Formats: sequence, structure tokens, C-alpha cells
Amino acid sequence: MEWMAWTLPTALFFGGIGLLLVGMTVWELRSPCVERRGFLPIATSRGDRLFIGLLGSAYLHLMVIGVTDWSVWIASALSVVWLVVVMRWG
Amino acid sequence: MKVHNNKAWWLVLPVFLLVAFSAVVPMMTVVNYSVQDIFDSSSRFFVGVDWFKQVLRDSRLHDSLLRQFIYSGCVLLIEIPLGIAIALTMPTKGRWASACLIVMAIPLLIPWNVVGTIWQIFGRADIGLLGWTLNALGISYNYASNTTDAWVTVLVMDVWHWTSLVALLCYSGLRAIPDVYYQAARIDRASSWAVFRYIQLPKLKSVLLIAVMLRFMDSFMIYTEPFVLTGGGPGNATTFLSQTLTKMAVGQFDLGPAAAFSLVYFLIILLVSWLFYTAMTHSDKNS
Amino acid sequence: MLRKRVVLVLYILFLLVPIYWLVNMSFKSNTEILGSLTLWPSSFTLDNYRVIFTDPSWYQAYLNSLYYVSLNTLISLSVALPAAYAFSRYRFLGDKHLFFWLLTNRMAPPAVFLLPFFQLYSSIGLFDTHIAVALAHCLFNVPLAVWILEGFMSGVPKEIDETAYIDGYSFPKFFVKIFIPLIGSGIGVTAFFCFMFSWVELLLARTLTSVDAKPIVAVMTRTVSASGIDWGVLAAAGVLTILPGMLVIWFVRNHVAKGFALGRV
Repeated sequence: MEWMAWTLPTALFFGGIGLLLVGMTVWELRSPCVERRGFLPIATSRGDRLFIGLLGSAYLHLMVIGVTDWSVWIASALSVVWLVVVMRWG
Repeated sequence: MKVHNNKAWWLVLPVFLLVAFSAVVPMMTVVNYSVQDIFDSSSRFFVGVDWFKQVLRDSRLHDSLLRQFIYSGCVLLIEIPLGIAIALTMPTKGRWASACLIVMAIPLLIPWNVVGTIWQIFGRADIGLLGWTLNALGISYNYASNTTDAWVTVLVMDVWHWTSLVALLCYSGLRAIPDVYYQAARIDRASSWAVFRYIQLPKLKSVLLIAVMLRFMDSFMIYTEPFVLTGGGPGNATTFLSQTLTKMAVGQFDLGPAAAFSLVYFLIILLVSWLFYTAMTHSDKNS
Repeated sequence: MLRKRVVLVLYILFLLVPIYWLVNMSFKSNTEILGSLTLWPSSFTLDNYRVIFTDPSWYQAYLNSLYYVSLNTLISLSVALPAAYAFSRYRFLGDKHLFFWLLTNRMAPPAVFLLPFFQLYSSIGLFDTHIAVALAHCLFNVPLAVWILEGFMSGVPKEIDETAYIDGYSFPKFFVKIFIPLIGSGIGVTAFFCFMFSWVELLLARTLTSVDAKPIVAVMTRTVSASGIDWGVLAAAGVLTILPGMLVIWFVRNHVAKGFALGRV
């Protein structure tokens, strides 16, 4: 495992993603979701919205890092807001 | 209607494990590299998002990204219409149909560096048929020193290499149209353009999406052929994304920036392929 | 009708002329190649091929390539068949996302993965083995195989499965005895594509091997030496890399024609 060059932040990041996936699976098993139409132009399921949210967050981070001099945490905070919005109303 | 059954996971499990092994572990490693400055296995430092900052503001990368988009755009604009046209001219059955299929599949089965080699020895002004003929006709042509010539040669090489794939996919789509449709069109005395526009093109939609997706992905990560043919030159004229990346990671051993760049590259591909995939599944649903 | 023919013939000529030039060059001596431009070898020679067939590092490389490509085709097909069946017959938790995730691996540029791949396979002691290259190529071949096979399987009516189960077939027996023969041409087409993409790939194959499993595409770079490029041998090696592909097309030609005719690839 040494060659993988783990660091604490990246371990936390992947741990977070893993937990998110497990959580989504359990949620889905408990109460299966129905596809619906929100402000996004296509009907989406819960998993689709999570994917859109995460992909959007990644691009948001790239924008903040690439164009502005803000701290990354601002991007992260904005991403959380975006994720919640997409999951709830997307 | 498909049955809902979570036990189907057992059938998918081998694929999942196999691909996860080759995809997830390297992906995690790339993410780990992207936030560290690595000298060797024992001395490495956490640098946060510095590499991303550097990579996203690197004009070399902007250039090769722009070049890459132009190139992929050109590839799609030429190969898709040409592929459809070729598919329409192919004989429908009999010996000639299989002969055509076989000949057209040949370029697809040539190793990519050999494709580069073929065009290298075909295009060179001293020993190549193409280069020699063009120069003999009074057209000055040298793909090694002239930017336009290099671009055109790489493009023509790609057309030579991959148009067959589009044509074969479209051919398969055309074969799936029942004869009844054509008979109805004949009764209505539809022009051949009308037949194409209202019968063939709609039926080709889903195959075309696959073709566009495959061609976009493959042209977006093109590496070997231009590397062998032009080595990315003259200057940086035909240096595409993959080559810039490989130069960074292997040539200069800049692991951190190369990893950060890989992730940006991957995100671009992920977004584009998700858009195509969504379009594809939705067109399936509607038809 | 005539115009159609002309377009097709022109296109096929366009495909064949560069290949003709390669074949032509492989039968010439280097002095003739560099000396003058001849449409036909004036002094026909087999020397270039002799170089390849007498040097073990050349022909061994061919065998290496063929070995890992066959291995990869075999692995890809055997894991993709059940998975494609699952995707074509059942809905299950996360099926669409799994399918998309598989496809993204078909799309990930190999350049992204080169270095981690090298380290991954070194760390588990598989570096420079055929199985390493075969496994690495699974990354893009398995998703493609699942994708193509799923299309073919969806074309088989579900009633066939149900009848077989009622007749008392177990799943494995039904799958091997009844289902696989039904999608024979689909398997042919899939094998063709797996073979093709594994055979033509250079970057991963070159990175994961050094001596024992070195593929032909990597050995070819040896023709470039300090004294210039050995054009004749390079051309001959190129011709020889085209042959296995043509053999494969020849064997699966009926399947491919039928597979393409089924309207889904």
C-alpha cells in the first residue's frame, strides 16, 4: 500500500465517498425512490441527482481554483449548498 | 418488462470486481499524487490544491486542450457524414457485402503505432507515394516541417483509420430497417432524399449516438498515431492532450502536476460521456 | 446507382493504397527504398522477413502479443456473458449507475492510468507477465463486451428463458446449453471487438512489460537506431501485425455480417 502514497485528506475523501454510496444503498433498500422531474431538464432518480451534484461540485471546485484566488473551502461550502439544492429540488 | 431482482448482482459481481481492481485502485493513487509533491517514495509533502492551481493556469495545457477540442470536432464533422454516406453505398447482401465488410474492417485491426508507421512511409516526400506524388505535381508538401500539412495528414490518417467504424455501425443500423418501410416509400414516390431524411436517418439515431460517442472518446485520447507520425510537431502543432500528459508524467517525472492534469482530463471526459449517455438512454426510451 | 458504386470504390481504394505501399516496401531492399520510387519492387527480396523470422526477440514478441490478446478475449467474454445477461433481463439496485460506471472506464484515457498501473502490477508481482497486460486491457474491453452482448441478448425473447425454466433447466445448464448457442454471432462479434482493441493497444502493453512479455508493437521501435531507420524491416513487421487481424476477420466474417445485420453492435 506504500506506493499508493495515501494522505489523511484523500483517505477521508474516499472514505466519505464510500460512506455516501453505502448510505444511498441502505436508503434505497429501505425506501425505493421513484424517478421525478425537478428543475433539471430530465427525470432523475436519487442516484442520478447525487451524481449530478457531485460532478457539479467537482467543476465548481475547478472553477474556483482556476479562475479566482479564493480559498478552496469557499468552493466546498458552495458545493454543499449546491448538493443539497440538487438533491431536494433537482 | 424487466423483473426487479437484486440477486442479479451475483452475475455482475465478477465484472464489478475485475474492473474495480483495474480502475479504482489506480484512480485513488492518481488522486493521492495530485495533492502531494513527490520526490521519491520516502519524501513526499502535502501541498493541497497547488498543482491544480498550476495546471489550470498553464497556457501550454490551455493550448493543447483547445487543439484537442478542434481536432475532435473536425474528426466528428468529417467522419460521421462520410461514414453515413459510405454505409448508404454498401451492397446489402451477397458476396460483395461480406467482401466490403472485411476490407473496411482492416484499418480497425492495425495496431495504432503501425497506423502511424504506414502514414509515415506513405506521406514522406522522399520514400512515400503520397508525398512524392504531391511534390511531383508541384504541390509543396512536407508533414514534418509545415504545420498545415502536419494537421491535414493527422486528420486524413484518422479518417482513414476510423471512418470504417462509423460506416459499419451505420450499416448495421440500416440493415435493421424492415423492407416494408421502403415499399411504402416507393408507393408514395418519395425522393431518395426524403427516404433518407424520414426513414433512414431516424432509424440511425441510436447507432449514430454510439458512433459519435466512440469517436469522440477515442479521438479525445488519441496518442499513439500522431506520436509516431509527427512526434507532436512541428513545434507543438499536433501535440494533443494525452501526449502533453505523458510527456509530463513520464518524460519530466512531474507526478503531482501530471496527476492533477489527469483528473481534470478525466472530469472533462466524464461530463461529455454522461451527456452522451443520458441522450442515448433517453432516445431509447422515446423510441 | 453508378454514382454509389464510384463512391464506394474510391473509398476502398483510399483504404487500400497506404496498405499496398507498406506491403510493397516490405519486399524491397533498403537501397531500393531510399534510392528511387518504384511502384513494384524491382529486385524482389524476402530479406526483411528473414530478419524477423530468424531473430527470436522478434518472433517471440509476436507470440507474446497473441498470447495476451487471446487471454484477454477469453477473460473478457467469460465475465461479460453473465453480467450482460443480468443487465438484459433484470432490474437491480444501481443497475444504470453501474452500467454507466463501466462505460466511463472504456472512456478513461490510458495515459491517466499509466504510472499507477505500473506500480499496481509491480506491487502484486505481475509486472512483465502476459496476465498483467490481459487484465489491464480488461479495463476497456470488459465494459465494451458487456455493452455489445447486452444488445444481442435483449434481442432474444424472454419467453425462451421462461420455457426452459418450466422444463426444469437449472440456470447454468440453461445458460450454456440453450442461451449461448442462441447468441453465437453476438459472441463472435464481441470476440472480434475484444481481440481488435487489445491487439491494437500500445501504451499499456508497453508500460507493463519489459522483457518476457514484450509485445510486438513495442519491439517495432527497435528498427530506429543510430544509423537511421531500417525501413524495410519496419514495413515487414508492420505487414506481419496486420495478418492476425485479417485472419480473425476471415474466421468471424459470417458472424460479423450476421451480427451487424442484427442491427445492434
